[in-house]
This record gives sequence, structure tokens and C-alpha cells, in this order.
Amino acid sequence: MLGYFNKLFRREPSSRTAKERLHLVLVHDRANLSPQILEALKEDLIEVISKYMEFDVDSIQVNLDSDESTVALVANIPIREVKRQLRHANS
Amino acid sequence: MAGRAIVITSGKGGVGKTTTTANLGTGLALLGRKVVLIDADIGLRNLDVVMGLENRIVYDLVQVVEGQCKPHAALIRDKRVENLHLLPAAQTREKDAIRPEQMVELVETLKEDFDYILIDSPAGIEHGFRNAISGADSAIIVTTPEVSAVRDADRIIGLVESHGLHDPYLIVNRIRPEMVQRGDMLSIDDVLDILRIKLLGIVPDDQEIVVSTNRGEPVVFDRRTRSGQAYHNICRRIEGEDVPFMTMDTGFMQRLGRLLGIGGRRRNAN
Ligand SMILES: Nc1ncnc2c1ncn2[C@@H]1O[C@H](COP(=O)(O)OP(=O)(O)OP(=O)(O)O)[C@@H](O)[C@H]1O
Ligand SMILES: [Mg+2]
Repeated sequence: MLGYFNKLFRREPSSRTAKERLHLVLVHDRANLSPQILEALKEDLIEVISKYMEFDVDSIQVNLDSDESTVALVANIPIREVKRQLRHANS
Repeated sequence: MAGRAIVITSGKGGVGKTTTTANLGTGLALLGRKVVLIDADIGLRNLDVVMGLENRIVYDLVQVVEGQCKPHAALIRDKRVENLHLLPAAQTREKDAIRPEQMVELVETLKEDFDYILIDSPAGIEHGFRNAISGADSAIIVTTPEVSAVRDADRIIGLVESHGLHDPYLIVNRIRPEMVQRGDMLSIDDVLDILRIKLLGIVPDDQEIVVSTNRGEPVVFDRRTRSGQAYHNICRRIEGEDVPFMTMDTGFMQRLGRLLGIGGRRRNAN
């Protein structure tokens, strides 16, 4: 009987909670990139983005940002100018 | 002869590396292979007692790499099964008493005479772990279906791969089918979904393991036990056979029910 009530009020099977928590903690663990890798990523980003806009290379910040439920790659790239040909291509 | 060197490792301690090493080694020898087990857990040797060979130790791993004796002089021959040997760890030395290059050299030497060299790794990711993996050609990762063990397994998988041991295999130990069924234990699918490596075997949580460890007789000697059967199956898979994974049916009533053809929904734990 007690078991029945426990089941009734249980939020979800504990294995599902375990799996969700594991997923999350592993995103954090795996995202624990070394500074070298983060630097390499930054350089690649610069290469790609500079095709489209101009920016101050020194002010770029690339970080991993995490809260309770997600981990995000956050790149802060202050734009100086969007390249002229792109602006025109769209208007 | 060109033997295969396989390291058994886990990250988290106490998940069953030593039990696995003892049973796979014994199981492979029972299949007619020449096997040597290396206890790489220096300072915390255990494989000798799990194998029931603790009274026959003369030399140890550190003495071998230091050149105090030939590798073969230090091997303890198991009298219960042919072609099974143990190279015990040193008990009174530090983990840094040997270096990875020395392990590589030792394993290469042993490969000339054995089909399998199984290396029991210490827990952790430090010096001892690095020694244990350095001579190996491939790795078996042991985990239990628990959050902390799976997390550490993930870390270890990354580490063994970065050391050039690609495509490690997974053994999920201490599964309790009835808990999986009621949703209170990660299933094999859950664990595989998270770790994404190849499954080598599933070993149930089994009291027989405690009994067999008490006696110093690996449970694989008795294939009527569920865990013994599981280890036997794993050995056959290591030998390249395609052995289906055990169905993790539980409870006597359920088994009886199925025998009689009633109810008995087949639950597959893999
Ligand atoms: N499938 C199982 N069922 C029941 N008990 C088990 C099972 N596997 C291992 N055990 C028990 O769990 C304990 C730890 O096992 P073992 O010593 O093999 O782990 P380990 O990973 O080598 O530990 P360490 O990290 O300390 O070297 C032992 O008491 C063993 O008997
Ligand atoms: Mg151990």
C-alpha cells in the first residue's frame, strides 16, 4: 500500500532523473575545454566572421556559459562595421 | 605468438575492475588460451586474493621492472586451470615505483608467450592509471549503472582515447534487473546512450560474487551462476564469437510464468 502511494506521488522514475542529471553534468565535463582549444576556436571564429564584418580582434571574448539546465558557447564580438557589399546585397 | 594486452579500468573505484580481471582471465584460460594477469594496483594489491593465489607470491611487478628477477620467475601459475598466470603488484611500494616505458617493455616481453595480457588498473586518473594503460592495445571500461560511476567512465573514455586506445569496450557491472524494471536504475540502454561506446557485456549484481571472492575462486568457474555465465559470455565475445546479450529476467515467479507460458513479458536489459 505504501509502495502504491509512493508511486502515485513520485514525480518520475529515479532512473530518468539520473539520466537527465548525467546528460547535464557530462555536457559540463565535456565542455571543459582546455585554454588552447578555446584559443584555437577563437581564431577559427575570427577567420569566419571577418568575411562578413569588421571588428576589433582584441576585444573578442569566447567563453562557455552555463546555468542549471544548459551550457552555451558565448562569443562576444563587438562589431565595428558590417562590410559594405553585404549591406547592399540585402537592400 | 603475438598476444593482446587489454587494460581493465574505470575511473571510479570499487566498481568491479579486479573482479572483472580475475573472471575474464580465468574464463579465457578455461577457453584454452594462455593468459597472464598483471595487477597494476601498486600498494593496494588485491587481484592475488580475488584469485586465491595470495599465499604463493614470491616476486612482484616492481621487482620485475627493476630487474631483480626475470618476468617468468615472478609469475604465479594457477593450479586449477592450465595456462593461467598472475603477476602480483608490490604491496609496500609507491605507485611511482614504475614508469610507463617499463610497463610497455614488460608487456611486450609477455606478449611473446601469452595470448592475453590482462592489466588490472587502479582507480583514479593518476600515475598508476597511466602505467596500467601504457602497455595496453585496447581497453575495457567497467562501470556500474550509477550517476557517479558513469560520469567517471566518461572521463576515462576520453583519457584512454587520448592515449591512443581507440574504441574502448564497456562492461556494465552490478545491474539489478528488478530495479531497472521499476525505473529505479539506469538501464543498459541509458548507459550506452550516454557513453556511446561498444557494449562488451552485462554482469548482474550477484551474491555469488561475494561468496566466490570469500573463497578465492572466480565465479566464472561455476557457470550455473548468473554472473559466472555473464563472464563466460564476455570471454567468448573477446574471442570473437557473436554471443547474444543475456536477457535480464528477474524473479523466480517471472521465470516460472514464462516457462508455463503465462504473462512473463520478456525484458531485455540490453
Ligand atoms: N557483479 C557484482 N555483484 C556483487 N558484488 C560485486 C560485483 N562486482 C563486484 N562486486 C563487489 O564489489 C566490490 C569491489 O569490487 P572490485 O574490488 O572488483 O572493484 P575494483 O574496481 O577493483 O575496486 P578498486 O577501485 O578499489 O580497485 C567487491 O567487494 C566485489 O566483491
Ligand atoms: Mg581493484
